[in-house]
Parts: sequence; structure tokens; C-alpha cells
Amino acid sequence: MRRKRHSEQDIERELGEDVRRIMEGEKLRDVGEEDGPSLYPGMEDAGIGSSVDDETQVFDTSRRVFYTDESFLPIPDEEEWEEEGDEDSDRSAGKRSRGPYLFISIAFGLLFLLLAAHLIYFNLRMKDEILASPYNKRQNAQSQLVRRGKILSKDGATLARTDVYEGGTEERVYPYANVFAHVVGFVSNGKSGVESFANYQLMTSHANIIDQMINEFLKKKNDGDTVVTTLNAGLQEAAYYALGDYRGAVVVLNPQTGEIMAMVSKPNFDPNTLADIWDEMVSDPTRSNLVNRATQGLYPPGSTFKIATALAYYRKYHSFDGFSYDCMGEFTIDDYTVHCYKGTVHGQEDLRGAFAHSCNTAFSQIGLMLGNSALTATAKSLLFDVKLPSELLSSSSRWALTNESDEIELVQTAFGQGKTLVTPYHMALIVSAIANDGVLMTPYLIDHVETATGELVSKTKQSRYKTLLNPEEAEALSKLMEAVVEEGSANELAGRSYRVAGKTGSAEYTRSDGSTGTHSWFVGFTNPDNPDLVIAVIAEDGGAGSSTAVPIASEILRQYYGG
Amino acid sequence: MYLFTQISKYLFIFFLLVFAIKDYTYLFRKEEKRKKRILGSQIRILYLTAGLGFLLILINRFSVMNAALFLGILLYFGITLAGYRLMYPRASMLLVNNMLMLLCVGFIVIARLDSDQALKQFLIAAGGTVIAFLIPVIIRKLRVLKNLTWLYALIGIASLMVVLALARMSGGAKLSISVGGITIQFSELVKLTLVFFLASKLAADSSVKSVIIAALVAAMHVGILVLSTDLGTALVFFVATIVIIYVATRNPVYPIVGLLAGSAAAVAAYQLFGHVRQRVTAWKDPFSVYDTSGYQIVQGLFAIGAGGWFGTGLFLGRPNSIPVATKDYIFAAICEEFGAVFCICLLFVCMSLYLLIVSISMQIQDRFYRLVSIGLGTEYAFQVFLTVGGVTKFIPMTGITLPLISYGGSSVISTIIMLAIIQGLYILRHDETASYDEDGGIH
Repeated sequence: MRRKRHSEQDIERELGEDVRRIMEGEKLRDVGEEDGPSLYPGMEDAGIGSSVDDETQVFDTSRRVFYTDESFLPIPDEEEWEEEGDEDSDRSAGKRSRGPYLFISIAFGLLFLLLAAHLIYFNLRMKDEILASPYNKRQNAQSQLVRRGKILSKDGATLARTDVYEGGTEERVYPYANVFAHVVGFVSNGKSGVESFANYQLMTSHANIIDQMINEFLKKKNDGDTVVTTLNAGLQEAAYYALGDYRGAVVVLNPQTGEIMAMVSKPNFDPNTLADIWDEMVSDPTRSNLVNRATQGLYPPGSTFKIATALAYYRKYHSFDGFSYDCMGEFTIDDYTVHCYKGTVHGQEDLRGAFAHSCNTAFSQIGLMLGNSALTATAKSLLFDVKLPSELLSSSSRWALTNESDEIELVQTAFGQGKTLVTPYHMALIVSAIANDGVLMTPYLIDHVETATGELVSKTKQSRYKTLLNPEEAEALSKLMEAVVEEGSANELAGRSYRVAGKTGSAEYTRSDGSTGTHSWFVGFTNPDNPDLVIAVIAEDGGAGSSTAVPIASEILRQYYGG
Repeated sequence: MYLFTQISKYLFIFFLLVFAIKDYTYLFRKEEKRKKRILGSQIRILYLTAGLGFLLILINRFSVMNAALFLGILLYFGITLAGYRLMYPRASMLLVNNMLMLLCVGFIVIARLDSDQALKQFLIAAGGTVIAFLIPVIIRKLRVLKNLTWLYALIGIASLMVVLALARMSGGAKLSISVGGITIQFSELVKLTLVFFLASKLAADSSVKSVIIAALVAAMHVGILVLSTDLGTALVFFVATIVIIYVATRNPVYPIVGLLAGSAAAVAAYQLFGHVRQRVTAWKDPFSVYDTSGYQIVQGLFAIGAGGWFGTGLFLGRPNSIPVATKDYIFAAICEEFGAVFCICLLFVCMSLYLLIVSISMQIQDRFYRLVSIGLGTEYAFQVFLTVGGVTKFIPMTGITLPLISYGGSSVISTIIMLAIIQGLYILRHDETASYDEDGGIH
């Protein structure tokens, strides 16, 4: 009995020969196998209560010498353990069942530790994302504890802040008034824009935990975190003023990162005074000022859709070289006649020329060559009819062409009329993928979140959203779009210190009075070798793309690049 | 008032932290005096926690019923502690302390959420404790308990067939039956009978043949529960079975084979049953099924997140927005108002309770009772793991209560009885050595 504690030795001495005989002599069986009365008579006086009979002696005492009365001594320390290797020896009979116990204790102990670790992990890593869910109604309860944080542009301009007046009244102030109206949004009547989807970050304080505890005790509000957006204040202003009085939208983003740099929608509103004019605004159905046309406005794409048609052609024929067409200014199919814009006759042209001059008749011919299913497949690959990646509320573009559609609808769709509808944001994403070798980066609006005192809380990681086309296709389309600027409808943008590639569009639509109007489109990107800006412009009822949207884009780029 | 709530939440954490530390330091104390001091300070913490909790409840929502409940709980603690000292001086008071502390946390949280439920819970716990006092005597008198092998199996399977019938009739929504206003959850009863069956079968004979028979009967239990959509209890039974077989045979092959078979069965259940797949989906991305099976999980996660490290403070959170907050989701409600630190301490208290049960089981000489105690203890521990893991989205939610803390008559009474059986076995085991150990036990 070399490994016993001293108290056990005392017990053993008391037990004397009796136990020693049992332990070393007889083969011990497990007690459970014994149905008879106790082997050890001297125990009758040990029962509970006063009445003791033999029947209660169900416990084998052969092993008692190994245990003192500690009720909490489950696991022997290691030295004790190692000596118990001789499982089969009778002397270890009392201890051999400890193996499973030790193992079970460790296994279940680990389960509990895992739970504790998971709870810690949850609070460190998962909590913020889960709480930011729009389903979380607890956010509103935060407003008693946290003062809404600031929203900044990436270049440091304050886009929204909370002023506190004497007596504790708070007011949300938007220094740029209408300029950032839709993208930054509002909190006065519901929430929209960054104010809505970054609500959790704005209403959460990552200030020093000690300060927070002190503030909690003093019932003082903590300063919410600052949300620094990807928006460029100068670019936004340039876009805002360049669009002028037109209804419409401008989207500017960085194709290599996915950062949304500017987003304008007109008509708009002043978020500072929105509460005062709210009733008036929502009761008048003709004033759709609250709609963010950039992400929610659905427009016919006009000739900007020829980008998709050209891609479908390239996918079918693997080159643009084989195409040749003699434009007579019109193209008749059944009883329907396609005209080039303003009846222009383009004459003999290759695909580059047809694209650069936006020849409708040539693209009608291409539509017939492709057929419904090829065009549909390409459109779907460019994210028509699916939910777009967006932090803001956005509409999915509509793709109406099916395999059952007739040839009239096919040719109309091929040059961008038909029943197709797109958002300016979607066109910007398509062009962004072309500029970035076919890869669409996930667009985002929050660059990073910092505490009110400027310490970094979290930074958005750039990520690839999807490869929309392969690099070869992107390169081929890029060349076509450069031709539009070099020799085609966006020639105004040529000869700058930066290179521009793009596509104009003049999208006809039917006004509510039945007359026909034309939306003016331009989509494009700068510096194809190292693209830094993607721009999409639509001016409602602005006429030909080259006459309105291109000058608007030109003005924005001039402001950004300085000439 | 606000300030008091803020201070109180740190006090709660401090109390439970000290309580948990005392649980573990007890392990290293050899002298009886020291141990007694530890037990004494745990009891003081128990009263302080109950006092602070109900002070806040009475300030925020004063009612005669809440006041009566508070007094009743104090009385209950006092009588239970004194009762064990008087009737069973050699009982493990550590076990009693832990049980009362967990009940205490449960009373506070349930009373904060729903006073009526707290009152019911209290009455049932008190009734259960009365039964618990008789259990050591019953165990001593009824030696026949270990020979009723097939009766246990019969009761178990029959009860589960009732559960299955109920589940079939109600489309899986109802797993209990109401008799005269008292809801009986049969699966809680079967927790006892299954362990008794396995223990008696394997204590008598741990040959391969006997193990296979035992495993088949246990598998029937588990299978019926899976069909009844009670996945939580099914898993608890599965794990308890493996542990009992392992302890009985000491052969590591059995648990390994068992776990492999269990994994295969889990995969099969996933393929076969829509309700299993639904739970896995709700676990992987609860937001994708927010309107249906993900709703509960998401609300629970919002609550846990809102609580953060230190909680919002009692009555400053919104735990009522969690569905079944007093039952399956009580852990989320605790996280919200008491915070993650408190909950981690709570987990350590549960873990210490399990380790204590393991140590008690080890000290029991009789094979049958040794297996019974380890089996019941394992059911307890694994149930804690399933419910806490499920609520925190660590594992799929299986819909099972947090023993001693969640509201639910059958659950609380069966847990109290489980602990009473373990306590009874400990008392008997302890009395065996009494003649050699005059100063043992806690007087």
C-alpha cells in the first residue's frame, strides 16, 4: 500500500489483517455481482437511522481504504495514476474503475470549457454582426445610453453629426444638406441610407470600457462610434452640381476596391428639415424625392445595353473581327422597323464602329444572330433579375426576354429597348467588372468604424463578389468602350490627361401623356490600364446620351482630375 | 434606483464568482474546519444573492405575492439546509449548496420574467425537496431496486410510447400530458428509469451479450424520442448510455463504437427527418429562416449580445421578447440582464456539480448505485451542454431545459430527485466508513 495518504494508513492499520486478507488473498469480484449479504460483518452498526439490518449492507468495503471522506476528490493526481498501470492485479481492484471516471471528467469538463470559450468568442467576434441585424429591435433601447455617432466622408468631411443643446436636447445635423441626401439618409422619420444600415455601429460605443462603466453609473450617454464612409465629398459635390436640375442619378465607384465614392439622386430633400415637410412629401405621389434613383430607379438601358449584347456576341464567336454590316439607317422585321437614332445612316461598319456609333440596326442583326437564349444567358451572367450586392435598398434589374419571345422583342432587347429595365447602380457594377478584368468587387459604403476619439474599431475588408466575365472578354469590351470615346458618341471625353472608356445611351420611354421621351445615359471608366473610377450617369428626359449625360460625366471627371 | 441596479449587476457577478471559486477550492482543502468555512460562506452568498435579486424585484414590481415568494424561498433554503444537517449529517452539503444556488438563480430570473411561474416553480421545488428527504430512506429499504431491470425498461418504453402518441397527434408540438392542471413530462420520468435499467442490467452482467441487449433497449428509447421530435432528450439518453456502458465495462471500445454508431444515426436522422434538417438549417444561418424556425435563435442571440460582458442589469433588458424565455431560452435571458461573465461563472458552478457527482460515484462501492449515480450525473451535465450550446448557437438547438434553472415542474422535480438519489447514495456510502472516520461529514 505504498501510495496511500497518511489518513488511509491509519485506517489500514485499524483494519488490520482482516482487510489485508481480503485484498491480497481472495480474488475480488465486483460487488455488483454479489447478491448475498455483505461479506463484511463488522459493518452492521454503520447504517443510517436506528434500524439496521443486514439487507442494507449493499456496499463492498474492500475498497474503502482508498478513500477518505472527502466528498470532492474525483481525480487522483498523476503520480498516483501511473502506479496503477497493472489493471489486472487484484490490488488495484479498488482503483481500476478510475480510468473511465478520469476520462469522463476530462471529456465533460472540456464540454463546459468549450461552452465558456464560445460565450467569450461570441462576445468578442460575433456579437456586433448579430446585433447589427435590422431584425434587432433592441437597437432603439440603446438611444437612452448612447449618443448617435458621426458619419464622415473618407476625406474627413462631416456628413452627419449630433449636436447637443442645453437641457440635453439632441439634434441630428447634416452639414451638406441635400448633397448627400439619399446615400447618407435620415433618422427623423424612419431611417434610410447609411443612417439605416449602419444604425447599430452609430448607436454602439466602443469607447474605453472604464469610461463606459463610469458613464453608466452617472447615467451619462456614451458617444457612439464614428462611421467613416467610402464617399468622397468633393466628388459627390461635383456629381451633385453637374447633374444640375435634371432628374436622375450619378454613381461613382472604384472598380478595383468596390468603394462607392459618390451617389447622387435627384430630386432630393434636405434631411435637416425633412421632418417638417414629411407629410407634404409622402402625400404627394408625383414627388418621388425619397426614392434613391441610383439604386432603386428602373430605367430602360438604351444603348448602354449594347455592352451586354456585344459580350454575348463575343461569347458565341470568340472574336469581334468577323462582323461586318451595312447600315441603311433602318432595319425591318415583320412589320416593325428599327431606326438608328435620329435616322442616321452609318453605312459599312465593323463591330467596333457599330458599337462606337451606337448603330441600332447592326445590333438588331446581332440580336437575330444570337437568338433569345444566348442573349438571356449573358444577361443573367451580368446579374439581371437577381438581387445585387448592396448595403442600400436596391431594386433588381428586370429581364423580360424569354425563349418564347418573338423576334421583334429580341431585336429591341438587343439594342437596349424592349422590356429590359436596369438601375444606374447595376450598370455601374457591370462596367466595374469590365474595368477590373471581369471581377466584380463587392461594393461597399463603410470604409471603417472608429470610436468617437478616433481609435479604429473595425475596417471593411475588400472582397471579390463574383467574376462576371473572363479577362479576355473584359479586355475586348474595354477596347470597344475606348472606341466610343476615341471616335464615337462620347468623343467629348477624348484627349484628356486621363483616358476614358464608355458607352452612351439614349433610352426612349413613353411619358405618362403618351408622348415619347429620351433618357440620356453614360456609363464608363477611366484609365483602362489601371482603372480608378467607374461612372454611371442618367439624366431623365435629357435626350441623346452624347448631348447631356456625357457633358455631365465630363464635368465630374474634370472636377475630380482637375482638368 | 438606476445606480443601484448598475451596482447590483457587478455584485451578482461577484457573488457567483466567489461561489464558483469556493466550489473548486473545496477540492484542495483537507481540513474539515476549512471545508466547513467554505460551505458556510457559500450559504451566506446564497442568501445574499437571493436577497439582492428579490430586493430588485420588489423595488421594480412590488406585489404581496413576490414578497411572499421571497420569504418562502428564504424559508425553503433554511429548512433544506437545516433538514440535511439534522437528518443526514453526513450528506454532501456541497451538493446541497450547489443545488440551492442554481435554484436561486432560477427563481430570480423566472420571478423577474413571470411571477406566477416563479410561484409555481417554487412550490414544485419545495415539494420535490420533501420527496428528496425521503429518498435516502427509500434507497436503503428497497434493496429490490437493483433487480427490477425489465420493469424499468417496460415503464420507460411505455412512457415514451405515450410521448410518441402525443407528438403524432399534435404534430410534434406537444410532448407532455396534463392531468388535473399538472403537466407531466414523461421523458423526465424516463430519464430515471433508463439509467436504472442500464445500471441494473450492467451491474449484474457486463458481458458483451448483456451490453448489446442494454444498448438495444437504450437505442429503442432514443429512437422513439427522435420520432417524437424530442431530439434533446434523445441525445441526453444516448450520451448517458455510452457513459454507463463505458464505466460498467471499462472497455474504451464501447464508447468509440457507440459514438461512431451515434454519428451514423445522426446522419441518417438528418436525411430521414425534416424536423432534424430544419434545426440544422436554423443553426447554420438562423437569419435565413428568421420568420420560421430561426426566430427563437435570433431573438436569443440578440438578448445574449445585448447583455454583453456585464449584462444590462435586472429589469433594464428586454428578455421578455425571447420566446419561451423562462424555459428553453432561460440562458439567453440570464445572459441579457446578468451578462456573459455571470453566465460563465454559472457554467463553472454546473461543471463543479458534475465533477462532484463523478467523485461521489467513484466513492460508491456498489456497482449498481455507482452506475446509477454516474448515469444521472451525465444526464444532468449533457443537458446543460445541449441547452447552453443550443441557445448560444454553438450547436443546433435541441429544445431542452436548463436543469434547476428553467421553469418547468417535471424538469425541476426530476432534477431534484436525481440529485437526491445521488445524495442518498453518497450518504449511505459515507455511513459505511463512519466507524473509521469519527470526525467525517459536516455537522
